[in-house]
Amino acid sequence: MTALELAGIAVPSVAILVGAAGTVLSRNLVHSVFWLALALVATAGLFVRLDAGFLAGAQVLVYAGGIVTLMIFGVMLTTRIEGGPLVQASGGRVRGALIAIAVFALLCVPILGADFGGVAAAEPAPAPADLGRAFLSDFVLPFEVLSVLLVAAMIGAIAIARKTDP
Amino acid sequence: LSSLSEVQVCLLVAALLFSIGVYGLLTRRNAVGILLSVELMANAVNINLVAFSRLFGGPDAQVFALFAIALTVAEVAVGLAIVILLSRTWKTIETDQARELSG
Repeated sequence: MTALELAGIAVPSVAILVGAAGTVLSRNLVHSVFWLALALVATAGLFVRLDAGFLAGAQVLVYAGGIVTLMIFGVMLTTRIEGGPLVQASGGRVRGALIAIAVFALLCVPILGADFGGVAAAEPAPAPADLGRAFLSDFVLPFEVLSVLLVAAMIGAIAIARKTDP
Repeated sequence: LSSLSEVQVCLLVAALLFSIGVYGLLTRRNAVGILLSVELMANAVNINLVAFSRLFGGPDAQVFALFAIALTVAEVAVGLAIVILLSRTWKTIETDQARELSG
């Protein structure tokens, strides 16, 4: 990799990791949500670098636009605002850090052991049109099942969070 | 770092992101904080899928990543509904204080 190619990956990667660390370490719940937004938008940047422009757009629309807004609503609806910052507690930091490091070490073993050098791309990176064709040909059944699942999840969410019993 | 291939760097970043999510999942006591950590872990999976899409070409991996994004949205909607119900029942979303079953 040349320095420029490396920078294209390193800059979004650092932003992703900084955002993720801020999400799990920030004491203020609202700050956590905004750190998460940074991590998700930086992920879209990494997707662009990896020739996945359509996914980058979907990532910004769905995650940064939808999920972060939902999370802010969730914080506002569930926490009593009393003038002070929304402090959230954390516990078991040492135990959590040990388990997280163990997970990372376990994931590193196959990643560093595998040889990706010899594998060449069999096909070029897909255009959005290719994705659309794949959705409506090979993956049409999962696609329709996913639509039903989304409707079921939305109706379920409304039913769970509804104020009064029928 | 220069001896690593592009895909390996992406996989390592995703592994680190996943581990940070695991740490948040284990240490957060706030239900919304736990949901945020789950988002980080789901995002790490998407990075893996896109990295392998870059390696092998073809639309399949990106289609899977789009499915994963849609499933995450469903998960967040139901998760937040449960959190709202939790806050209405116990007046708190600290998961340590909702311990009716454990006595």
